[in-house]
Amino acid sequence: MKQFEPLTRKKDNQPVRYLVVDDSVFARKSLAKMVESFGGQIVGEAGDGYTAIAEYARAKPDIVLMDITMPQMEGIEAVERIVRDHPEARIVMVSSVGYQDNILAALQKGARHFVQKPVKPDALYEIIRYVLQDDGVTATVAAEEKTR
Amino acid sequence: MRMELIQPFIGSLDAVLAEMMKEPAKIVDLTMEEEGYRRKGLAASVGFRGQIEGRVILDMDPAAAAHVASYLSGEELSPAESIVPETVCELANMVIGNAVTQLNDRGFQFKVLPPEVLTAEQVEKAGFDSEATILSFETPKGTVHLNISMEYHSRRVRENSTVSVS
Repeated sequence: MKQFEPLTRKKDNQPVRYLVVDDSVFARKSLAKMVESFGGQIVGEAGDGYTAIAEYARAKPDIVLMDITMPQMEGIEAVERIVRDHPEARIVMVSSVGYQDNILAALQKGARHFVQKPVKPDALYEIIRYVLQDDGVTATVAAEEKTR
Repeated sequence: MRMELIQPFIGSLDAVLAEMMKEPAKIVDLTMEEEGYRRKGLAASVGFRGQIEGRVILDMDPAAAAHVASYLSGEELSPAESIVPETVCELANMVIGNAVTQLNDRGFQFKVLPPEVLTAEQVEKAGFDSEATILSFETPKGTVHLNISMEYHSRRVRENSTVSVS
Protein backbone atom coordinates (compact mmCIF):
# COMPACT_ATOMS: atom_id res chain seq x y z
CA MET A 1 0.00 0.00 0.00
CA LYS A 2 1.16 3.51 -0.83
CA GLN A 3 2.85 5.30 2.07
CA PHE A 4 1.82 8.89 2.81
CA GLU A 5 3.66 11.72 4.49
CA PRO A 6 2.87 11.03 8.16
CA LEU A 7 0.20 13.17 9.77
CA THR A 8 1.14 14.20 13.30
CA ARG A 9 -0.55 16.17 16.05
CA LYS A 10 0.61 19.76 16.13
CA LYS A 11 0.47 19.99 19.91
CA ASP A 12 3.01 17.22 20.61
CA ASN A 13 4.14 15.97 17.18
CA GLN A 14 2.86 12.49 18.09
CA PRO A 15 0.99 10.19 15.66
CA VAL A 16 -2.71 10.92 15.17
CA ARG A 17 -4.79 8.46 17.24
CA TYR A 18 -7.79 6.75 15.64
CA LEU A 19 -10.87 4.83 16.73
CA VAL A 20 -12.22 2.64 13.94
CA VAL A 21 -15.90 1.66 14.14
CA ASP A 22 -17.35 -0.86 11.70
CA ASP A 23 -19.26 -4.12 12.18
CA SER A 24 -17.07 -5.74 9.52
CA VAL A 25 -13.74 -7.06 10.82
CA PHE A 26 -12.46 -6.90 7.26
CA ALA A 27 -13.43 -3.21 6.93
CA ARG A 28 -11.75 -2.41 10.24
CA LYS A 29 -8.55 -4.15 9.12
CA SER A 30 -8.62 -2.39 5.80
CA LEU A 31 -9.11 1.03 7.41
CA ALA A 32 -6.44 0.28 9.99
CA LYS A 33 -3.98 -0.45 7.21
CA MET A 34 -4.78 2.86 5.55
CA VAL A 35 -4.45 4.72 8.84
CA GLU A 36 -1.06 3.14 9.43
CA SER A 37 0.03 4.23 5.96
CA PHE A 38 -0.81 7.79 7.08
CA GLY A 39 1.50 7.34 10.10
CA GLY A 40 -1.49 7.01 12.45
CA GLN A 41 -2.06 4.82 15.46
CA ILE A 42 -5.17 2.70 16.15
CA VAL A 43 -6.15 3.18 19.78
CA GLY A 44 -9.50 1.40 19.66
CA GLU A 45 -11.92 -0.59 17.55
CA ALA A 46 -15.65 -1.16 17.84
CA GLY A 47 -18.21 -3.22 15.95
CA ASP A 48 -21.33 -1.28 16.97
CA GLY A 49 -22.45 2.10 18.26
CA TYR A 50 -22.61 1.17 21.95
CA THR A 51 -19.04 -0.09 21.99
CA ALA A 52 -17.94 2.97 20.02
CA ILE A 53 -19.28 5.29 22.74
CA ALA A 54 -17.45 3.35 25.45
CA GLU A 55 -14.26 3.16 23.39
CA TYR A 56 -14.34 6.89 22.70
CA ALA A 57 -14.61 7.67 26.41
CA ARG A 58 -11.76 5.28 27.18
CA ALA A 59 -9.31 6.11 24.38
CA LYS A 60 -10.13 9.79 23.59
CA PRO A 61 -8.97 9.45 19.97
CA ASP A 62 -8.12 12.38 17.71
CA ILE A 63 -10.26 10.95 14.90
CA VAL A 64 -13.14 8.47 14.75
CA LEU A 65 -13.87 6.61 11.50
CA MET A 66 -17.51 5.57 11.86
CA ASP A 67 -19.62 3.22 9.74
CA ILE A 68 -23.38 3.90 9.53
CA THR A 69 -25.15 0.57 9.08
CA MET A 70 -24.32 -1.53 12.14
CA PRO A 71 -26.25 -3.86 14.44
CA GLN A 72 -27.51 -2.77 17.89
CA MET A 73 -26.84 0.94 17.45
CA GLU A 74 -26.20 2.60 14.11
CA GLY A 75 -23.41 5.06 13.44
CA ILE A 76 -25.51 8.22 13.25
CA GLU A 77 -26.98 7.66 16.71
CA ALA A 78 -23.53 6.90 18.08
CA VAL A 79 -22.25 10.18 16.60
CA GLU A 80 -25.03 12.09 18.32
CA ARG A 81 -24.24 10.56 21.69
CA ILE A 82 -20.47 10.95 21.40
CA VAL A 83 -20.69 14.58 20.30
CA ARG A 84 -23.23 15.34 23.04
CA ASP A 85 -20.72 14.19 25.67
CA HIS A 86 -17.57 15.26 23.82
CA PRO A 87 -18.28 18.27 21.58
CA GLU A 88 -14.66 18.32 20.48
CA ALA A 89 -14.97 14.85 18.87
CA ARG A 90 -13.89 14.67 15.26
CA ILE A 91 -15.85 11.98 13.52
CA VAL A 92 -15.65 11.01 9.86
CA MET A 93 -18.46 8.82 8.56
CA VAL A 94 -17.28 5.94 6.35
CA SER A 95 -20.18 4.18 4.69
CA SER A 96 -21.18 2.52 1.45
CA VAL A 97 -24.59 4.18 1.73
CA GLY A 98 -23.97 7.75 0.67
CA TYR A 99 -27.34 9.27 -0.11
CA GLN A 100 -28.04 12.82 0.80
CA ASP A 101 -30.40 12.17 3.72
CA ASN A 102 -27.82 9.99 5.43
CA ILE A 103 -25.01 12.48 4.93
CA LEU A 104 -27.15 15.34 6.13
CA ALA A 105 -28.31 13.44 9.21
CA ALA A 106 -24.73 12.53 10.13
CA LEU A 107 -23.51 16.12 9.71
CA GLN A 108 -26.46 17.47 11.68
CA LYS A 109 -25.59 15.13 14.55
CA GLY A 110 -22.03 16.41 14.61
CA ALA A 111 -19.97 14.37 12.14
CA ARG A 112 -17.27 16.45 10.46
CA HIS A 113 -17.08 14.71 7.09
CA PHE A 114 -18.29 11.78 5.03
CA VAL A 115 -16.46 9.34 2.79
CA GLN A 116 -18.13 6.66 0.71
CA LYS A 117 -16.89 3.06 0.48
CA PRO A 118 -14.93 1.70 -1.25
CA VAL A 119 -12.52 4.10 0.39
CA LYS A 120 -9.70 5.46 -1.71
CA PRO A 121 -6.64 6.06 0.51
CA ASP A 122 -5.80 9.39 -1.15
CA ALA A 123 -9.31 10.70 -0.53
CA LEU A 124 -9.36 9.58 3.10
CA TYR A 125 -5.92 11.11 3.70
CA GLU A 126 -7.07 14.50 2.42
CA ILE A 127 -10.28 14.35 4.42
CA ILE A 128 -8.46 13.52 7.64
CA ARG A 129 -5.98 16.27 7.03
CA TYR A 130 -8.84 18.68 6.44
CA VAL A 131 -10.78 17.57 9.52
CA LEU A 132 -7.77 17.81 11.77
CA GLN A 133 -7.02 21.34 10.62
CA ASP A 134 -10.66 22.28 10.58
CA ASP A 135 -10.80 23.67 14.09
CA GLY A 136 -7.18 24.67 14.28
CA VAL A 137 -6.42 22.14 16.98
CA THR A 138 -4.01 19.67 15.59
CA ALA A 139 -2.34 18.02 12.74
CA THR A 140 -0.09 18.93 9.98
CA VAL A 141 2.01 16.93 7.60
CA ALA A 142 5.34 16.20 9.24
CA ALA A 143 7.21 16.96 6.05
CA GLU A 144 5.69 20.42 5.91
CA GLU A 145 6.77 21.08 9.49
CA LYS A 146 10.34 20.25 8.61
CA THR A 147 10.41 22.77 5.79
CA ARG A 148 9.19 25.62 7.99
CA MET B 1 -38.09 -6.54 -12.39
CA ARG B 2 -37.65 -3.13 -13.94
CA MET B 3 -34.34 -2.29 -15.56
CA GLU B 4 -34.21 1.06 -13.76
CA LEU B 5 -33.82 -0.92 -10.53
CA ILE B 6 -31.15 -3.26 -11.92
CA GLN B 7 -28.95 -0.73 -13.68
CA PRO B 8 -27.47 0.84 -10.52
CA PHE B 9 -26.36 -2.61 -9.33
CA ILE B 10 -24.51 -3.27 -12.59
CA GLY B 11 -22.65 0.04 -12.38
CA SER B 12 -21.95 -0.39 -8.70
CA LEU B 13 -20.60 -3.95 -8.97
CA ASP B 14 -18.42 -2.94 -11.89
CA ALA B 15 -16.98 0.03 -9.97
CA VAL B 16 -16.41 -1.87 -6.72
CA LEU B 17 -14.71 -4.80 -8.46
CA ALA B 18 -12.47 -2.44 -10.41
CA GLU B 19 -11.46 -0.62 -7.23
CA MET B 20 -11.07 -3.64 -4.96
CA MET B 21 -9.62 -6.21 -7.36
CA LYS B 22 -7.53 -3.87 -9.50
CA GLU B 23 -8.47 -6.19 -12.35
CA PRO B 24 -10.87 -5.72 -15.27
CA ALA B 25 -14.34 -7.21 -14.84
CA LYS B 26 -16.97 -7.60 -17.53
CA ILE B 27 -20.59 -8.57 -17.36
CA VAL B 28 -21.07 -11.88 -19.16
CA ASP B 29 -24.63 -12.88 -18.37
CA LEU B 30 -27.97 -11.60 -17.12
CA THR B 31 -30.52 -14.31 -16.34
CA MET B 32 -33.68 -14.90 -14.36
CA GLU B 33 -33.74 -17.52 -11.62
CA GLU B 34 -37.16 -18.85 -10.74
CA GLU B 35 -36.30 -21.94 -8.76
CA GLY B 36 -34.68 -20.33 -5.76
CA TYR B 37 -31.14 -19.38 -4.87
CA ARG B 38 -28.39 -22.01 -4.99
CA ARG B 39 -25.08 -20.94 -3.52
CA LYS B 40 -22.19 -21.19 -5.99
CA GLY B 41 -19.16 -19.94 -4.02
CA LEU B 42 -18.70 -17.69 -1.01
CA ALA B 43 -21.79 -15.55 -0.51
CA ALA B 44 -23.17 -12.69 1.55
CA SER B 45 -26.65 -11.21 1.62
CA VAL B 46 -27.87 -7.66 2.24
CA GLY B 47 -31.54 -6.89 2.80
CA PHE B 48 -33.39 -3.61 2.38
CA ARG B 49 -36.74 -2.28 3.52
CA GLY B 50 -38.82 0.68 2.41
CA GLN B 51 -40.50 1.64 -0.84
CA ILE B 52 -38.55 -1.23 -2.40
CA GLU B 53 -38.05 -4.40 -0.40
CA GLY B 54 -35.88 -7.42 -0.99
CA ARG B 55 -32.35 -8.69 -0.79
CA VAL B 56 -29.23 -8.92 -2.87
CA ILE B 57 -26.72 -11.76 -2.64
CA LEU B 58 -23.11 -11.37 -3.74
CA ASP B 59 -21.73 -14.80 -4.62
CA MET B 60 -18.03 -15.06 -5.55
CA ASP B 61 -15.69 -17.79 -6.70
CA PRO B 62 -13.56 -18.51 -3.60
CA ALA B 63 -10.39 -17.73 -5.57
CA ALA B 64 -11.72 -14.28 -6.52
CA ALA B 65 -12.70 -13.57 -2.91
CA ALA B 66 -9.29 -14.71 -1.66
CA HIS B 67 -7.62 -12.47 -4.25
CA VAL B 68 -9.44 -9.37 -2.93
CA ALA B 69 -8.76 -10.31 0.70
CA SER B 70 -5.07 -10.91 -0.08
CA TYR B 71 -4.72 -7.64 -1.99
CA LEU B 72 -6.26 -5.60 0.79
CA SER B 73 -4.57 -7.34 3.68
CA GLY B 74 -1.17 -7.37 2.02
CA GLU B 75 -0.63 -11.08 2.67
CA GLU B 76 -1.38 -14.18 0.63
CA LEU B 77 -4.61 -15.76 1.90
CA SER B 78 -6.27 -19.02 0.93
CA PRO B 79 -10.07 -19.20 0.43
CA ALA B 80 -10.25 -21.25 3.66
CA GLU B 81 -9.16 -18.30 5.83
CA SER B 82 -11.99 -16.92 7.97
CA ILE B 83 -11.37 -13.36 6.79
CA VAL B 84 -12.27 -14.33 3.19
CA PRO B 85 -16.06 -14.78 3.70
CA GLU B 86 -15.92 -11.58 5.74
CA THR B 87 -14.41 -9.89 2.69
CA VAL B 88 -17.35 -11.02 0.55
CA CYS B 89 -19.67 -9.56 3.18
CA GLU B 90 -17.99 -6.17 3.04
CA LEU B 91 -17.88 -6.19 -0.77
CA ALA B 92 -21.63 -6.94 -0.78
CA ASN B 93 -22.12 -4.03 1.57
CA MET B 94 -20.22 -1.72 -0.78
CA VAL B 95 -21.96 -2.89 -3.96
CA ILE B 96 -25.43 -2.67 -2.49
CA GLY B 97 -24.73 0.54 -0.60
CA ASN B 98 -23.52 2.30 -3.74
CA ALA B 99 -26.48 1.06 -5.79
CA VAL B 100 -28.96 2.02 -3.09
CA THR B 101 -27.39 5.47 -2.93
CA GLN B 102 -28.12 5.94 -6.63
CA LEU B 103 -31.68 4.66 -6.27
CA ASN B 104 -32.26 6.87 -3.26
CA ASP B 105 -31.04 9.90 -5.15
CA ARG B 106 -33.67 9.03 -7.79
CA GLY B 107 -36.41 9.24 -5.19
CA PHE B 108 -36.70 5.66 -3.89
CA GLN B 109 -36.64 5.66 -0.12
CA PHE B 110 -35.39 2.60 1.70
CA LYS B 111 -33.08 1.42 4.42
CA VAL B 112 -30.20 -1.04 4.08
CA LEU B 113 -29.73 -3.76 6.70
CA PRO B 114 -26.33 -5.03 7.86
CA PRO B 115 -24.78 -7.68 5.55
CA GLU B 116 -24.67 -11.34 6.57
CA VAL B 117 -22.37 -14.13 5.43
CA LEU B 118 -24.50 -16.89 3.89
CA THR B 119 -23.58 -20.41 4.89
CA ALA B 120 -25.11 -23.44 3.17
CA GLU B 121 -27.27 -24.02 6.27
CA GLN B 122 -28.60 -20.47 6.22
CA VAL B 123 -29.54 -20.76 2.55
CA GLU B 124 -31.39 -24.00 3.32
CA LYS B 125 -33.13 -22.52 6.36
CA ALA B 126 -34.04 -19.15 4.83
CA GLY B 127 -35.32 -20.76 1.63
CA PHE B 128 -34.40 -18.01 -0.80
CA ASP B 129 -37.13 -19.07 -3.17
CA SER B 130 -38.24 -15.76 -4.66
CA GLU B 131 -37.69 -14.96 -8.32
CA ALA B 132 -34.38 -13.24 -8.86
CA THR B 133 -32.28 -11.55 -11.50
CA ILE B 134 -28.71 -12.82 -11.73
CA LEU B 135 -25.88 -10.66 -13.01
CA SER B 136 -22.68 -12.57 -13.73
CA PHE B 137 -19.33 -10.81 -14.00
CA GLU B 138 -16.13 -12.45 -15.17
CA THR B 139 -12.81 -11.43 -13.66
CA PRO B 140 -9.33 -12.90 -14.20
CA LYS B 141 -9.67 -14.56 -10.77
CA GLY B 142 -13.12 -16.10 -11.22
CA THR B 143 -16.81 -15.37 -11.61
CA VAL B 144 -18.81 -13.02 -9.44
CA HIS B 145 -22.61 -13.28 -9.32
CA LEU B 146 -25.10 -10.76 -8.02
CA ASN B 147 -28.51 -12.26 -7.23
CA ILE B 148 -31.13 -9.54 -6.95
CA SER B 149 -34.64 -10.09 -5.64
CA MET B 150 -36.76 -7.05 -4.91
CA GLU B 151 -40.17 -5.56 -5.45
CA TYR B 152 -42.10 -2.40 -4.82
CA HIS B 153 -43.48 -2.42 -1.30
CA SER B 154 -46.97 -1.27 -2.41
CA ARG B 155 -47.26 -4.27 -4.75
CA ARG B 156 -46.23 -6.67 -2.00
CA VAL B 157 -48.79 -5.21 0.41
CA ARG B 158 -51.49 -5.40 -2.27
CA GLU B 159 -50.68 -9.03 -3.07
CA ASN B 160 -50.70 -9.96 0.63
CA SER B 161 -54.08 -8.28 1.12
CA THR B 162 -55.47 -10.16 -1.86
CA VAL B 163 -54.31 -13.45 -0.39
CA SER B 164 -55.87 -12.72 2.99
CA VAL B 165 -59.24 -11.72 1.43
CA SER B 166 -59.51 -14.82 -0.69
